[in-house]
Amino acid sequence: MYDIKAIYEAKSVEHAVQLRMEHPEAVIIAGGSDVLIKIREGRLAGCELISIYGLDEMRGIRKEEDGTIRIGSLTSFSHIHADPLIQKHISVLGDAVNMVGGPQIRAIGTIGGNTCNGVTSADSASTLFAYDAVLEITGPEGVRLCPISEFYLGPGKVDLREGELETAVLIRKESYSGYKGCYLKYGMRNAMEIATTGCSVNVKLSQDKKVLKDLRIAYGVAGPVPRRAKVTEDAVRGSEVSPETRARIGELVLEDVNPRDSWRAAKDFRLHLCSTMAMRAFTQAVRKAGGEIDD
Amino acid sequence: MTEDLRQYKQVTCTINGKERTAMVDVRASLTDMLRNEYRLTSVKKGCEVGECGACTVLIDGEAFDSCIYLAIWADGKNIITLEGLEGPNGELSDIQQAFIDETAIQCGFCTPGFILTAKEVLDSGKLYTDDELRKLLSGHLCRCTGYENIFRAVKKTMYKRLGKKYKE
Ligand code: FES
Ligand code: FES
Repeated sequence: MYDIKAIYEAKSVEHAVQLRMEHPEAVIIAGGSDVLIKIREGRLAGCELISIYGLDEMRGIRKEEDGTIRIGSLTSFSHIHADPLIQKHISVLGDAVNMVGGPQIRAIGTIGGNTCNGVTSADSASTLFAYDAVLEITGPEGVRLCPISEFYLGPGKVDLREGELETAVLIRKESYSGYKGCYLKYGMRNAMEIATTGCSVNVKLSQDKKVLKDLRIAYGVAGPVPRRAKVTEDAVRGSEVSPETRARIGELVLEDVNPRDSWRAAKDFRLHLCSTMAMRAFTQAVRKAGGEIDD
Repeated sequence: MTEDLRQYKQVTCTINGKERTAMVDVRASLTDMLRNEYRLTSVKKGCEVGECGACTVLIDGEAFDSCIYLAIWADGKNIITLEGLEGPNGELSDIQQAFIDETAIQCGFCTPGFILTAKEVLDSGKLYTDDELRKLLSGHLCRCTGYENIFRAVKKTMYKRLGKKYKE
C-alpha cells in the first residue's frame, strides 16, 4: 500500500489541466518508476497524485505532415525503442532509451516523465537536447511549444506552470533529416544503473563525407541540467572529418561542461569522461553517417 | 464524497485468462491486489521499488514490475502471473521444466519473475544472441544461483522452441 493522500484520475488532457488547476499541490504521475519510488522512500509520502497513466491519447509516435516526429509524452521507453519511425529516423534515441534501468522499468517509464522530473542523468535528455527537441505543453490557455534547452530551470525544476502538463515531444524534420548520432552512457553496471555521464553526438556530413556540415553534442550529468556543447559545436562546424578534428572536440568540450564532485564520481574523472565520450561518440556517429575516420 | 476522492475503486481485468472484478484500495500496488485479492502469491514482494523483478507480471504481454504499478491502472488490462502458465492438468510449461532441469532455482524467490520475463522473450519467437539475452534478463536479481543456470535454461528453451541445436 502506498502512502498517498488522494488520487485524481484524469479522463482526458483537458480534465488533467482542470485537475492541475483544482489541485495545484498534487504531483503528476505518468508511470510509476519515479513518483511511486519517491513515495516509498518517503520523499513524497502523503502526497496527492494526478494520474495521467490512462490517457492513451498521449501514447504513440507519428510523423506529422511537415515531417515532424511527434512522440506522445506517455510513450514508454520500450515502445520508443521498438518503433519503426524512431529506428528509421532517430535510431540513437531508441538506443538511448534502451539503456534506461532494466526491461521492466522501460515498460513503465515514459519519455514525458523522464523529461519532466528534470533530472540531469535522464538517459533520454541528452539525445533530445542533441536533436533540438521541442516540448508540447498543454495548459489552461491551450498549447505552447518550449524548446527543450529552455525547459530545464535547475536540478529537478522544469518550466511547467500552473495547470500545465507536457503532452508531446516533437523533433522537427530539419533537426533529424540527414543526421546520424550515437549515445554513450558510462556507469558502473550495464543495467539498472544511473548514468555517471551520458553523451549524445550527432553529425551531418557533406556529400563526399569529408566535411562536417554540422555537429551537435549534448551531455547528461555534465552540469546541473543536461546541456549542449555550443562552444565546441561552433568551433568545429565546417571542419574536415579527421582524427585532428576529433582531438579538438575532446579538448574544446572541457570549456562547455561543468560537472561536480559526487559520491558517484569525482569532478576530474567526469571531465575525463566528457572528453573521451565525446570523441568516441563522434567517431561512431561519423561512421554511421558513412564517413571514414581512424580510431 | 466526490468520485475523485473515493478510497476504493472497482477494477475489472483479465487475470490468467479469466475476467475478474474487485474493489481495491486506490493506494494499492498491483502486487498488493494480486496477492491480497486473488491469492496469487507467486507475485513476490522483494524490494518494492522496481529494482529486483521478483514481482514481475505480464501486462498485455509485456513484463512489468507490479510493485511500481498502481492496481487501479490494471482496469481493462490482460494480466498473466506464474499461475497462468500451468497446464490444464497441472503440467509445467517448457520454461518452468527447463528451470528445474538446469537447477536454475534455489530458494525460488526470484523464479516467478524470471520465468515471466523469459516467457515474454520466448513468445517473441526471436533468436537472441547471448548479450541480447543477458540484457533482456537484466531486470531481475537472484541472490542464490549466480545467474548462469537461469541463463542456460532460457537459452536452451529458446533453441528448442526454434528447432535449433543447442551448443554449450
Ligand atoms: S519487488 Fe518489484 S521490483 Fe522488487
Ligand atoms: S533462487 Fe534464490 S533468489 Fe534466485
